[in-house]
Amino acid sequence: MSLERPLTEADFSPAPGSAAAEQLTRPSLSFWQDAWRRLKSNTRAIISLYLIIGLAFFTLAGPLLWTQDPAAQDLDQISQAPALPKTARLVADYQPFAAPIVADHPSEPEDYPDELAAVAELSVLGAATTQSVKLTWAPVDQAGGYSIYRSERKPEGLLGLGLPLETVNAGNIVGFEDRLNLKSQPYYYSIVPTDGFDEFDVVTTIKVEPEQSITISQAVLQGLATPDDLPGQVIPLAFHPFGTDYLGRDILARLMQGARVSLFIGVVAPLIYVLFGVFYGGFAGYLGGKIDQILMRFADFVVALPFLLFMILFKIAFGIGPGESGVMPMLVALILLLWPATARLVRGQVLKIREQGYIEAARLLGGGSSYLILRHIIPNTMGVILVTLTFAVPSAIFTEAFLSFIGMGVAPPTPSWGSMCNEGVKTMLSHPHELFFPALFISITVLAFNLLGDGLTEALDSKMRTRDQ
Amino acid sequence: MLRYTLGRLLSGVITVWFIATATFLAMHAVPGDPLMNEKATTPEIRQNLAKKYGLDRPLPEQYVIFLSNMAQGDFGLSFTQQNRRVNDIIRDHFPVSAALGVLAIAFAAAGGILWGALTALYRNRLPDVIIMFLVILGISVPSFVFAALGQLALVNLNQWSGTSILPVAGWGTLSHMLVPSLVLGLGTMALLTRLMRSSMLEVVNEDYIKTAKAKGLSAPRIFFKHQLRNAILPVITVLGPQIAAITTGGFVVELVFAIPGLGRYFVQAVQQLDYTVIMGTTVFYGAFLVLMVIIVDIIYGFIDPRVRLK
Repeated sequence: MSLERPLTEADFSPAPGSAAAEQLTRPSLSFWQDAWRRLKSNTRAIISLYLIIGLAFFTLAGPLLWTQDPAAQDLDQISQAPALPKTARLVADYQPFAAPIVADHPSEPEDYPDELAAVAELSVLGAATTQSVKLTWAPVDQAGGYSIYRSERKPEGLLGLGLPLETVNAGNIVGFEDRLNLKSQPYYYSIVPTDGFDEFDVVTTIKVEPEQSITISQAVLQGLATPDDLPGQVIPLAFHPFGTDYLGRDILARLMQGARVSLFIGVVAPLIYVLFGVFYGGFAGYLGGKIDQILMRFADFVVALPFLLFMILFKIAFGIGPGESGVMPMLVALILLLWPATARLVRGQVLKIREQGYIEAARLLGGGSSYLILRHIIPNTMGVILVTLTFAVPSAIFTEAFLSFIGMGVAPPTPSWGSMCNEGVKTMLSHPHELFFPALFISITVLAFNLLGDGLTEALDSKMRTRDQ
Repeated sequence: MLRYTLGRLLSGVITVWFIATATFLAMHAVPGDPLMNEKATTPEIRQNLAKKYGLDRPLPEQYVIFLSNMAQGDFGLSFTQQNRRVNDIIRDHFPVSAALGVLAIAFAAAGGILWGALTALYRNRLPDVIIMFLVILGISVPSFVFAALGQLALVNLNQWSGTSILPVAGWGTLSHMLVPSLVLGLGTMALLTRLMRSSMLEVVNEDYIKTAKAKGLSAPRIFFKHQLRNAILPVITVLGPQIAAITTGGFVVELVFAIPGLGRYFVQAVQQLDYTVIMGTTVFYGAFLVLMVIIVDIIYGFIDPRVRLK
């Protein structure tokens, strides 16, 4: 087969042009659009973003929806675990209790007895309520008195009788009223007879479950009932979905108010010091030379200050006036100590970018200094700055929590998550929810910002760009 | 090498001077003075006390006296602890903080390198997922929660066994140190694990790993001799600053576990405005941290022959 063929006129006419060939098949994306697209495909980062939005909603709109006063003390529900709404029975105001006395029984034994029988017929007098539990029993022959104990767990014989409540020093007084910090939970009351001095090794135990109750005058004072309500009525108590703390304050309301302190410090402090660091580092990096060296040497000094020691020192130095919460001194101390890290980072970036070809090109085209800085240098450092900012938030929140925890943070009664943890740790064994909720909120916030920071780092990494298209 | 070390030491001295000056200024900016809560009931007593401690002199003179004393290693008398010198306070309580910190660093470094290497080895498989989940937990949960939980675990352990396996609080023997230092090191361990993992994954793509494979070296040899050794370098770089973070982070752990470290004295001193103790502890800590960073940098030069110390 021959490769030669005669050429015709048609071979020299232009090929038919098609408009489609010139078209870009994919939409052109700016750097930020591309980064956003990559961030959106990162599930963890997006969940974190939603968490942060949720936290912002919790902080800003929460107090409007949950209108409990975070400082109000609900003394009927101190250290309550999270629970559904509770009700209480109204009882009459307190009347002094007259212990029943058996008139024909001797109050003292005739001789010191060698043995005593256990108390019999131990029973509850009237209704057991959290306002008062009244006990009565039959007198023991030859007894000179009785000791009354209360325990939250079932005692094993003579072991684990619990809290000694009272010792009655007469064998004929056969009643006792307990009003000591009662909750609506089972209690085990134990009675041990004595000869007037020593206890004998016999015990009678009774299980009592007091009903949640509130006196009328208290209920009226708290606005839960009107003076016309009668004893015996059941009224709803204030609802605390996350429970209450050791002073009976609503934990949900305190978390919302505490979020304002913790997140304010956590977000505003990094915003200000990163901004300052950007200007400081950008200035030093752009000018270079001697000024750069002096500025950066100063930043090195500030970095060398022992952070926590100075944090505490500065916080005290800026002082807290009476009635102030101490948020501002902490903010200022954070800003004063943490700006150099950003300054160093931005300076390094600026030094790198200054040598890039596109800066040279822009300068050749006649771009002035301010144009170069605003249009080219700052936008190109934006990614690094954004990532720094995201990671700065958790560390600021940690610092606030840490200072409040060692008692050098915000002053009471202003709650912050850290100071709530500090209070919760003291009752950790008996009421773990007081530590759990503030610690959970700190952890979730820090986690969300950390994961978002990771996502942003990946999304803004120019090496990753166009790789996955 | 010597020239480099001397240069670093000189700049370290300047840094310490800066720390001392900043502390001095911040401390004197606090309203009041250490004699306010003292038994200085009458103006005469107050005057005498001020004279004893040199507080009656003008501020610049106090500063010069303090600096010259400090240069001779004398931090003066404590205001609040009668007849106790600040040097003695530091000598008694710093070793406690330091021992705790060193053990914590050891835990953190060993754990971080081990877990980091493991996650890289089992990348995207179950061990990796579990460890990285724990790491995220370690980074997000504040240290005081770990301290509280650690103590709770100790209480339960002792209750369960019936005897005191590990003491719940206090100081004295190695068994007192174990749990507090582990708690103290947890955050750093999590950080180092993350760093080690990404460093391992970066190294695995390097040419020398391919070369080693092509040479026919065994997998364990490549792993330990080439991958691990090169991946450790960035971890060592951050150890310097982390030592600083751990020594001061010891405050909380010292508080929760009732350990007589220096941190507690500092907080107390700031609250009572005990000038000499504040100055002494801050300058001492500052100098210690500066020295640590220098030492880590020098060690780095030995480990990584590519780094020339100039």
